[in-house]
Amino acid sequence: MESQLQQYLPVLVLFLVAAGFAGGTLVISALAGKVGRRTKTKDIPYECGMLPEGPGSSRLSVKFYLVALLFVLFDIEVVFMYPWAVVYKELLTQNAALILGGMVSFLGVLFVGYLYALKKGAFDWTR
Amino acid sequence: MDSIKYLDPTTQFVLFSILKVMLVFAVAMTGVAYSVLVERKVSAWIQDRPGPNRVAPFFVEFIPVIGPWLTRLGIFQPMADGLKSFLKEDFTPSYVRKVYFWLAPAIACVPSLMTLAVIPFGSTLGNAANKMVIADLNVGILYSFGIVSLGVYGIVLAGYAANSKYPFLGGIRSSAQMISYEIAMGMSVVAVFLLVGDLNLSSVVDYQRGGLHQWLIWKQPLAFVIFMIAAFAETNRLPFDLPESETELVGGYHTEYSSMKFALFFMGEYAAMIAASGMMVTLFLGGWSSPFGSEPAGTILGGLVHIGWFLAKVAALMVVFIWTRWMLPRFRYDQLMDLGWRRFIPLALANILVTALIVAFTHK
Repeated sequence: MESQLQQYLPVLVLFLVAAGFAGGTLVISALAGKVGRRTKTKDIPYECGMLPEGPGSSRLSVKFYLVALLFVLFDIEVVFMYPWAVVYKELLTQNAALILGGMVSFLGVLFVGYLYALKKGAFDWTR
Repeated sequence: MDSIKYLDPTTQFVLFSILKVMLVFAVAMTGVAYSVLVERKVSAWIQDRPGPNRVAPFFVEFIPVIGPWLTRLGIFQPMADGLKSFLKEDFTPSYVRKVYFWLAPAIACVPSLMTLAVIPFGSTLGNAANKMVIADLNVGILYSFGIVSLGVYGIVLAGYAANSKYPFLGGIRSSAQMISYEIAMGMSVVAVFLLVGDLNLSSVVDYQRGGLHQWLIWKQPLAFVIFMIAAFAETNRLPFDLPESETELVGGYHTEYSSMKFALFFMGEYAAMIAASGMMVTLFLGGWSSPFGSEPAGTILGGLVHIGWFLAKVAALMVVFIWTRWMLPRFRYDQLMDLGWRRFIPLALANILVTALIVAFTHK
């Protein structure tokens, strides 16, 4: 157990170094940077010279939410495939039909769902 | 040197880890700085112009022959750029969401550096216990995918924090693009692990270290192509740089950023490119092993040669990244989504099934 956790110690060290670098950079830049005046024109959102109208974050297409939902679905599918891939060769010698058939049927069910989303036009961004 | 032997193993491990982290970090940051220069030089050569060739500290002109040559090569440009970024005004507009505005550049930069932790950049150095990988995790690939997906937060937060239309659109586009291609990327490597049978990236390299003919790119060409194109989309590089496409989104999610905050996004992007190249080298191109086959090194010199092979392969892939940028036009957003969802996901699934069947019939 202890050695399991010990593996992650270097990851923590790397995180501290990376976060320290990013944070330090932000602080030094804020301290060393030129301090300019806050003029009115400088303080409006940059839109290629047009004066901005309306709120900054507007409503967005429902397609983006759809992509997010489908991502959760398929990413979990992928996560299930990793342990399967690792034990695949080992279990082939014991029960080949189970290990191959199990994943084929699992993927088959999900592929039907994929086809449904496809036919519903979830991936069609031209509409 | 002898006094190290008397420390207990845990302290040795900690000290050695800190040393490795520092070295990798230094090499990665130098790599980031100089890949920006290489990008500018290569794009200049492709477009038939000189590229950065002026900046140099005052004493360089007194060095005969080499001095002017180094200046023409632009060797000092990254230092000048870094210094300049620090000295520019760090402007925080009054309409932004301040906390996120400050957090976003850091969040965009840190995950791409963290991915480097599991990539084996060499075999061993000195003795067999000194493995040249920061963290030899048994779930290596899962760790890297987990950390890579954190990278999307930085960009989404940047777009949201700016509270302005174009950065917002850039951030939203980017999140949809990155999560779409992550599925294809994750699926493509499942086929690799069907062959290797271990998620640890050092074992993946061990599997391939017999030489050029053992590299997984020959056994899994489709997985390599999908992984590489997905890596382009994940790092927001052309032809998939829609989050920052300057012709329609001004500059994308970092429009409102200035000074070093702006530079942190760039460093994050280049660090992500280096990490993605490192992943491709590890998964498909034999990692630290030479094309003629290698055993884990017994001597320090041999270990350094392996690190050299790894760095050379990463550098070659970085040049491919940069080269592609000037060869292909930008995709349209619907084409990008179409490629990710309607082409790559079924292709990657088919690849997994075919690989599983081949393994089933050949494995005894």
